[in-house]
Amino acid sequence: MSLDLTSLTLRTPNGELLFAPQTLSVPLGDVVTVMGPSGVGKSTLLDAIGGHLAHGFGCSGSIKLNGREISTLPAETRQVGVMFQDAHLFPHLSVGDNLAFGLPSHIKGRAMRRSTVEAALKQAGLAGRYDDDSAALSGGQRARAALMRTLLAEPEAVLLDEPFSKLDSSLRDEIRHFTFSHIAARGIPALMVTHDEADAHVTGGRCLALKKPERD
Amino acid sequence: MNTDGRYLRLTVLSIVGFGLMLPIFLGFWQTGRAAFGLFPALGRDTLSLAPWRELVMLPGFGTSLKLTLVTGVSATVLSLLLATGFCAAVHSRVTPGAGARMLTPFLAIPHAALAVGLAFVLAPSGWIARGLAPFVGWDRPPDLATVNDTWGLALIVGLMIKEVPFLLLVILSALTQIPVAKHVSAGRALGYGRGVVWIKIIMPQVWPMIRLPVWVVLAYALSVVDVAMILGPSNPPTLAVAITRWFNAPDPGQIVPASAGAILQVLIIALGIAVFMLGERLMRRIGRWWLRRGGRGLSTEPGLHLASVITVILMAIGMLAMLSLLIWSLAWRWPFPQFLPESWSLRSWLNSASGWQHALSNTVFLAITTTMLSVALAIAWLEGEDRARRGRAAWAEALIYLPLVIPQIGFLYGLNIAFLKIGISGDMTAVIWAQALFVFPYVMIALSDPWRALNRRTLDSAAALGAGPFKRLVKIKLPILLRPILTATAIGVAVSVAQYLPTLFMGAGRIATLTTEAVTLSSGSDRRVTGVYAALQIMLPFVAYLAAFLIPAFRHCNRRDLTGATQT
Repeated sequence: MSLDLTSLTLRTPNGELLFAPQTLSVPLGDVVTVMGPSGVGKSTLLDAIGGHLAHGFGCSGSIKLNGREISTLPAETRQVGVMFQDAHLFPHLSVGDNLAFGLPSHIKGRAMRRSTVEAALKQAGLAGRYDDDSAALSGGQRARAALMRTLLAEPEAVLLDEPFSKLDSSLRDEIRHFTFSHIAARGIPALMVTHDEADAHVTGGRCLALKKPERD
Repeated sequence: MNTDGRYLRLTVLSIVGFGLMLPIFLGFWQTGRAAFGLFPALGRDTLSLAPWRELVMLPGFGTSLKLTLVTGVSATVLSLLLATGFCAAVHSRVTPGAGARMLTPFLAIPHAALAVGLAFVLAPSGWIARGLAPFVGWDRPPDLATVNDTWGLALIVGLMIKEVPFLLLVILSALTQIPVAKHVSAGRALGYGRGVVWIKIIMPQVWPMIRLPVWVVLAYALSVVDVAMILGPSNPPTLAVAITRWFNAPDPGQIVPASAGAILQVLIIALGIAVFMLGERLMRRIGRWWLRRGGRGLSTEPGLHLASVITVILMAIGMLAMLSLLIWSLAWRWPFPQFLPESWSLRSWLNSASGWQHALSNTVFLAITTTMLSVALAIAWLEGEDRARRGRAAWAEALIYLPLVIPQIGFLYGLNIAFLKIGISGDMTAVIWAQALFVFPYVMIALSDPWRALNRRTLDSAAALGAGPFKRLVKIKLPILLRPILTATAIGVAVSVAQYLPTLFMGAGRIATLTTEAVTLSSGSDRRVTGVYAALQIMLPFVAYLAAFLIPAFRHCNRRDLTGATQT
């Protein structure tokens, strides 16, 4: 059980190869860090895995999640969670409804769903904030709420695209710890793009260094 | 992945193709045939240039042509200069949101209503003359042609009051994409005056973004019918008005030269746009030469002040015009030199009730149906772009603007012939269809930018949480975009209410709306009844804009990120 990339290559809309073909296996519970110069296609790699590629980008090779080929599936059926630089909480929903949005439908009953969300809010240090405007949260609270929203959707893998880069340095350690401990508790594979060496150190996991392809 | 939403896109494309483009093409085809001598109903069936000779021979043709060129081009150029100057003078002091709110009343008011109000203000017996009367001792209206003057000055002023705010809004929204304050400081630090920085640095960046709207203004000013009927010279009138008269003349033989005139109207606009393009290239060369010389000397401050003052005066006259409509509709006795009515009455409203209630219900029905159809189509189009994850091709953008740069008079008569053939001419359906040709582009333009401004990553987040395309649309996009969607709806209502020619031609004169009635009444004598219709004309878009403001304010009262200035 793992996230497996096999000979994965990406092409920009004008046909340019982004990096040499990548083969990688991320076992359950591991965090692999993706590093490399800007413009090499780190975020694009995550977009390819999550199903968020913009029109014109080409993707070849295979992406398997727990043995299931997902590269041809639409994003909403891949069960791959994402965390971006910003929390991207939905501005028209309350804090709790943001979390409830991703809650799978097999959790039934209004009371059951509500209490699942309340429990997650409590874990995020947001107990009693269900009905608050999401815009009223601080940066750290937003980051924790976004992670909870992602995890409540029961993803089988998580992609992190520079998730801590916009946080104050004082907050960064705390949120980083919060994020990695929750991902570890779920025992799901994670792939993280970062420019921050500290992020890579904390995970203690492997590092995937993307390079521009050799020109022939 | 590119197949996502393919059916949606195909559906939208075929609706746009068959519903919007085909009628325009058919209209031009029919008009074009008549313009070259093929009009079987009148027994004319040989291809020839005779209609053009007939056109040139029609009384007043030359004067009409000259009038059209003078009024259209000067209204456009003056509006552009004023809007630019005003923007340069006030830009640092207004936020785009505040600017938009200030300009909204001018954008919402239908052209014809403004023209009627302006006639009340400018006429020899109007408010300006009444204001001057005590000082110059007039006890009767001065013998001056201040409205319907042979030079078309009143028409130019009327067009400018509508077009300056429109261009201001377009320029202000283009400016949000440029770091204006930084460029101005940088330029001033290099020793250039504020106005010169605007001409040399800011406007060259703005122009590509406003080029298309300027062409729309030019095309409109060169082919406008309702405003020209109310404010323009009447004998001979501008070409578009003359063509409308020939089309509706008792002698059906005039339809053939009128068709040639309709095609000529298209050529005039094409020529006008070509001249603007040429001017742009010329300005670019001269501008570059001027820029490289590096002269700092020119002071443009007086020019900027002049532009601001004239703009403010125009706005004030526009406000007076709107106010005068309401006052006239409530006035009873209002003899000349008095500044306000001697006696007030609701009689104008009550006596004309059966008339305006009928026109009002037609207008409301048309506004609601055309706007709903247009908004639905616009949302479907934008959603199709989202699902394909691709931007808009240049040809698609051109398709949207097409109905706005071609003259209505050029194809509406021909389209009516086509509608006659399929048996819907004179029906509500035909009017809805014809109005939607013009409502849709404005709705689409108004909605496109806010729709695209929606953060891609927010939608990706929703997808990663398991929300499919339909759920993303209904649960995320539509609620977040509630305000811009309602604003686009209000714009749609304003455009629909303002439509004159499509209603007149497609309704075959049988479907009365507030606009058709107001234009007809404006040539008559009873200002009070005209005031009733024009006041109602203003009220409808006003109500729509008010709803577009209030509904999101209540709905999102506890959502800070949706009530700020980020969404318009």
